[in-house]
Amino acid sequence: MLDALQNLGKATLGFFERLGRGHLFLLHVFATIPGVLIRPRLILIQLYSVGVLTLPIILVSGLFVGMVMGLQGYNTLVDFGAEDSLGVMVALALVRELGPVVAALLFAGRAGSALTAEIGLMKATEQLSGMEMMAVDPVQRVVTPRFLASFITMPLLAAIFSAIGIYGGYLVGVELLGVDDGAFWAQMQDKVDLRGDVYNGIIKSVVFGFVAGWIALYEGYDAVPTAAGVSRATTRTVVHTSLVVLGLDFVLTALMFGD
Amino acid sequence: MTDVVVEIRDLHFARGERMIFDGIDLDIKPGGVTAIMGPSGTGKTTLLKLIGGQLRPQSGSIRIFGEEVTKLGRQGLFELRKKMGMLFQSGALLTDINVFENVAYPMREHTRLPESLIRDLVLMKLQAVGLRGASGLMPSELSGGMARRAALARAIALDPMMVMYDEPFTGQDPISKGVLVKLIRELNDALGLTSIVVSHDVSETAAIANYVYLLSHGKVIEHGKPEALQVSRSEWSRQFLDGSPDGPVSFHYPAADFRDDLMRGGMAK
Repeated sequence: MLDALQNLGKATLGFFERLGRGHLFLLHVFATIPGVLIRPRLILIQLYSVGVLTLPIILVSGLFVGMVMGLQGYNTLVDFGAEDSLGVMVALALVRELGPVVAALLFAGRAGSALTAEIGLMKATEQLSGMEMMAVDPVQRVVTPRFLASFITMPLLAAIFSAIGIYGGYLVGVELLGVDDGAFWAQMQDKVDLRGDVYNGIIKSVVFGFVAGWIALYEGYDAVPTAAGVSRATTRTVVHTSLVVLGLDFVLTALMFGD
Repeated sequence: MTDVVVEIRDLHFARGERMIFDGIDLDIKPGGVTAIMGPSGTGKTTLLKLIGGQLRPQSGSIRIFGEEVTKLGRQGLFELRKKMGMLFQSGALLTDINVFENVAYPMREHTRLPESLIRDLVLMKLQAVGLRGASGLMPSELSGGMARRAALARAIALDPMMVMYDEPFTGQDPISKGVLVKLIRELNDALGLTSIVVSHDVSETAAIANYVYLLSHGKVIEHGKPEALQVSRSEWSRQFLDGSPDGPVSFHYPAADFRDDLMRGGMAK
């Protein structure tokens, strides 16, 4: 009994300690942003590896998610004779929810895990220590450019996901199942609100990009510098990012769309 | 210049419950090669990290070039580190850029030198360690000895006043070992450096050191010129320097009584 209490206390303390370290880490990242902004090349390289290399999985997934929604949506709506609203349905679901959320989950799997493993291994092979001894701040040189890249690319990836998803819905709904072309686009134009839907979706993806980058980089930076430690950190990145993204999605949705 | 480069007084450092240094005094004089030797796990690498300011001691003072490292802030530490080079055991080369870029790295970070000058300087450093021909190779294509030499070229890239070597001979074949021994001594003399070599390779280190500190169990056991230590009568020093299995350092990790342990094994836990 006492042991169990002790373990519980230890786990709780450990959790808050990590949380605290994570926030200090974030402050350190913020403090180094000006130094990184004057060397845009550092960010540019990361934009490629974090953003551009994640593009294929976003494009393919977006297309398929859109196509499936076209198919499922049509089957449901056609019973009520409302298949003309397919465009609205696909667009709203993607712009408000699926675009930011699924893109963030894919981002965690593709880019987040890679960031954690890369930084964890740099730590394990003393590269970060080596930088410190060369009087180079590894956070500024390695972490912050990656953080900014995550922050910048996430909204773009989410937007691309939504756009290609809508096109997937169009392919299945209009080209395959014969929904009226004009109605598909016109209803979408009429019902999807720039401020209420598109902007809110963008805000979500910005928040997710921030959180996904933070978690991935902190896990790598804080990893136990061994093979097992880096592997655990990589797993934690994907699990924690997914959970936090889904949790935050609910909170943000409640704030934005709840009355 | 002061007459001591590194001055350590009454240094205490512990990792959790485990005491690593229990009141160490140490002086490193300029211009020479000072060796810090001791068995694995005595905290030799930790000592280098304390000197470099990567770790903070619980108490005691570490002064480098007259500056108290334990009280320096981040910026102060960075300024101080520009005056020192460190060769890590693993080399710690950045794996995503080639040898040339690795050596150029500190120059690009800390100077505004034109590209042509950086190129010349890097080639000079690489020539000094015999790797000019390998400048285009990636760190993964280097052998262990070459990686360490490349890292050495990087450590001296900014012409530091002091270079710290963390186990430079560990895991090297005899030829690489010989090359490194020669390099450390020659670079020290040619560049007017102060070198600190942390090692447990007795013969290699003693061959190039001007002064030797022997560490064990958080204390300086003995120090002096290598010739003086060779004739030391201390039992511990004899065992370490001669590498004999018998002596005050026991072969066995501290354990409960062997007989009791075996008897207990027969019963279910």
